[in-house]
Amino acid sequence: MTRTLVGYADRFSVRAGERLRFMVSSFGPAGYRAALVRLLGDDGKERVIENAVNGDYPARRQEIHSGSYAIVPEAKPLSGLESFTVALYLWPTTPGRGRQALLAKGDPARGRGFALILGMDGTLQLEIADGAGGKASVGSGRALQPRHWYWVAASFDAASGRVTILQQPIRNFARAEDAATANATVRLAGCGAANREPLTMAAFLARAEDDRLKPVARYNGKLEAPRLLDLALDAEGLARLRADALDGSLRSHLVGAWDFSKEIASTRIRDVSPWRLDGRVENLPTRAMKGHNWDGTARDWTTRPEFYGAIHFHENDLYDAGWEADFDLALPANLPSGVYAMRLTAGEEVERIPFFVRPARGGKAADLLFLVPTASYMAYANEHMCWDAQLGEQGSGHVAAVGPEEMFLNEHREYGYSFYDTHEDGSGVSISSRLRPILNMRPGHSAGWVGAAGLSPWQFAADLDLIEWLEATGQRYDVATDEDLHREGIALLRSYRTVMTGTHPEYYSTRMHDALGAWLDRGGRLMYLGANGFYWHIAFHPELEGAIELRRVENGVRDWEGEPGEYVENFSGEYGGLWRRWGRPPQSIVGIGFIAQGFDVSSYFRRRPGSFDPRAAFIFEGVGAEEKIGDFGRVGGGAAGWELDIVDPRLGSPPHTLVLAASENHSNVYMVVPEEVLSTLPALSGIDNPLVRGEMAFFETPQGGAVFSTGSISWCGSLNHAKGLNNVARITGNVLKRFLDPAPF
Amino acid sequence: MLPIDPRRTDLAAEFKASPFGPHSPDLQHVLNLMRATPLAGRHVLVVVERKREWALGKLSGERGKPVEIVPGYRFTDPETAEWTVFKLRWHELTGEALPSDEALAKEARP
Ligand SMILES: [Fe+2]
Repeated sequence: MTRTLVGYADRFSVRAGERLRFMVSSFGPAGYRAALVRLLGDDGKERVIENAVNGDYPARRQEIHSGSYAIVPEAKPLSGLESFTVALYLWPTTPGRGRQALLAKGDPARGRGFALILGMDGTLQLEIADGAGGKASVGSGRALQPRHWYWVAASFDAASGRVTILQQPIRNFARAEDAATANATVRLAGCGAANREPLTMAAFLARAEDDRLKPVARYNGKLEAPRLLDLALDAEGLARLRADALDGSLRSHLVGAWDFSKEIASTRIRDVSPWRLDGRVENLPTRAMKGHNWDGTARDWTTRPEFYGAIHFHENDLYDAGWEADFDLALPANLPSGVYAMRLTAGEEVERIPFFVRPARGGKAADLLFLVPTASYMAYANEHMCWDAQLGEQGSGHVAAVGPEEMFLNEHREYGYSFYDTHEDGSGVSISSRLRPILNMRPGHSAGWVGAAGLSPWQFAADLDLIEWLEATGQRYDVATDEDLHREGIALLRSYRTVMTGTHPEYYSTRMHDALGAWLDRGGRLMYLGANGFYWHIAFHPELEGAIELRRVENGVRDWEGEPGEYVENFSGEYGGLWRRWGRPPQSIVGIGFIAQGFDVSSYFRRRPGSFDPRAAFIFEGVGAEEKIGDFGRVGGGAAGWELDIVDPRLGSPPHTLVLAASENHSNVYMVVPEEVLSTLPALSGIDNPLVRGEMAFFETPQGGAVFSTGSISWCGSLNHAKGLNNVARITGNVLKRFLDPAPF
Repeated sequence: MLPIDPRRTDLAAEFKASPFGPHSPDLQHVLNLMRATPLAGRHVLVVVERKREWALGKLSGERGKPVEIVPGYRFTDPETAEWTVFKLRWHELTGEALPSDEALAKEARP
């Protein structure tokens, strides 16, 4: 009932003739048989492709060491410390959830060094181990409140052994007991700084069994403006240290002053002291976070960075699983473009690691491109909604059905989260990476909340229905991914006459959106075969491959909500909400936009007057005037389901958009999306609100192009019904045939 | 909040006849309450064989802690599974067991 063999590749997208690297971990099998397969549909429809890499391999367990932290390499000013003072602002989110490192020069519990930490009881503590057998721990004795700002400081005088600790809440609550000053004298031979360890923040580093460094005593919460001095300040001196600008007597003792508001989009942290002890962050903590001084007047860190000097660290942040490779796959230069997977088999256990092969550079392209919505796959990567979302079942309308991938992911939180999850501290997950096994992006997978009993494919598996239909109809097609579109822009699309989206292309970066729009303005033809597309703005990391960011703010269907003032993406400096809030709603690019969702069953479409317009005649050739369209299918049993879009001229649907068909008879759990609901009204469901419907639409674009949009995520699940002899396939086929015809619209 | 009225067994009959898709507002009210219980102890289906066979489980409500399999249940169709969970929840929330499936069938609206 769980998974025992999991893996990932170093890339999603690869060209024929290039190499791809595979990393695998086993939770049981001693070995596996690998085979390159071309995917011809969902549920194991595939063809083995001969390749030198196919064969038997030994398997071993590989670990993921999640948790974000900051690291400053060992340097003389740090290792030479004797007396010291450390100070920082913090906004802890899980005080009391185990020992958590704030700033550390080594781990005093395991060797020599000093560290400012939150203890098991949620109080501030300074720990020192001198390396000669002497250990001391002095605490504030007062627990910090979660989600409140504090300024804390601690000093150690090597000569006298005097330790002073200050814990100052920024906001003073009546009857709260979270402010503290503590003094103690300890007997130690020194502070242990000469330990050859780096300086770390938000974790200690320990040597794991696999010999890699892993963060331990991981801190959840924000840190801001850490400062380190080479003298021991008393309580009065510590109080002066809280000033933004230090006076000269303190400045001349600075060893490090890290300003996280600098180079926010990067992985670097800058030391603004004369020593320039710059460091970096690992595992992508969230930057561009409001600091203790945020006062509501700033919204954008790019113009007011001084208010965004905090970094939010989380115990299960993850960028790169960092596994050792099992093998490299060399793709033949003549391998046709398409969706492929490395299939790893060990007895009953089958792991398929999908990837997308583009034509060899300069190779002959088809006229049709399937633009694989990999950014949306990444957004949902390893989601845990069945486990963590208390009200999820109300929205899905059936008992959750957890499959083997979900069973595995619940017990392996270190595999990281999706944009649909919250961290252990309740904050939203705003960063996702593909450099890890993504178990819900597998043939045969269904999310336990999507349709009853895990019968309905979702996202990647659902998109394989489109692949099956393309293969079965003998259609030539190329594939490329969202990441390719982001990197290459309109140049990627230029040689294609028609582009097909998948079932749910929800997440778009600015470059992706710009490129698709510009290509449409130049005669491109788009078949938008899904719904809730072009919805959220995302950013790709400027330095790191395969990482995206979302700010789930202000409006839209949100599984969590970003904090006020934290609207601008850390990776790009761009506003990170709905495309609608950019003045570019989905309707403005594909004619339709998100209106309702529900996940119990799907329904069907009926033709609308627009379908009888001569401009749409080619679409409905062979389809009767009265027949139900798509009252069948393997995604919820119909072609109109899960998420639905409609035409709305107010939101930018072109004036000449034809509404071809509309769905009806949706259930109580289909509800109007929040951005369309301005007040607390009682009638918002499929049984009492006429907005709950999907609309199929068509319109022509300048320079002879056109857009066809289905308005439903479940559309493609009906394509292969009755061996492809059905009206959903008929309509899709009619559109594709005309869209591939060079004659301008 | 309006509690589930255990006398409204007609709503159970309605659910049994059609567990998914449009429901009467009164049945939806029952379902909304059933689907908002704490995660700890909430019933879920556990896939035994994809798209073929399901077990009954109870969530731990704690991240990382496995689901507990409830012995004695195996389902081979989603409707029976959904109906079984409905009956368990009805009992949990009202303190009363539903009448037999046969007795309910007589109450089902045409
Ligand atoms: Fe979505």
